Amino acid sequence: MQITVLYFARLKESLKYSTEQLQLPAGVDTVAALMQHLASRGDAWQAMFSGQQAIRAAINHALVGTEAVIKAGDEVAFFPPVTGG
Amino acid sequence: MEVRVQLEDFDAGAEISRLRLARRDTGAVAAFIGQVRDINDGAEVSTLTLEHYPGMTEKALQAIVQQAATRWALHDALVVHRYGCLQAQDQIVLVVTTSPHRGDAFSACEFIMDYLKTEAPFWKKEASASGERWVEARSSDDSAKQRWQSQ
Repeated sequence: MQITVLYFARLKESLKYSTEQLQLPAGVDTVAALMQHLASRGDAWQAMFSGQQAIRAAINHALVGTEAVIKAGDEVAFFPPVTGG
Repeated sequence: MEVRVQLEDFDAGAEISRLRLARRDTGAVAAFIGQVRDINDGAEVSTLTLEHYPGMTEKALQAIVQQAATRWALHDALVVHRYGCLQAQDQIVLVVTTSPHRGDAFSACEFIMDYLKTEAPFWKKEASASGERWVEARSSDDSAKQRWQSQ
């Protein structure tokens, strides 16, 4: 299935990506699985998604946990803990 | 209940007056303004750049304001949050709440700020003489939010 992935703040800078259309391999259907999939790209991706960095995720503009299920057409976003206000 | 995410500065006095005068049965107006400090963690800050997630930010703020409105007797609430490049003493955020009595206005205003700090997708990056750095989230912000959950 195809999804849109967005990256913000430190992630966007380190990965040098702000958004991408991604075709997910079969079996990658949760936020945790997607993070593992992205970490397998190596280098900065591995550094960001292998668990050492605190990362928050949102699906279709709602904060979710890593167990959340991804569906075709979803907008999935990854970012560091927020620091507004 | 209105939320705005904008580049431009805001006129806090005008916004407060607008909400204060909107209803004759309003007896209390609480307001909070957050502004850029020239120093953070002991280091001088020359500019502060705020990034956000367009689309999600507005929804997150709206959800926080709605939650406040179900907990307290509010007449109205307003959140204005800026993004982009800011300097010391620039205004970052405005929260205004109105209610019949002060207790509800005070609590709702603080609740909205505490939730905004941990749930609204904004990220701050500081620039100083020694370079740029992303501001780290504070655990004190998490505990400020948690105290509302145990009440």
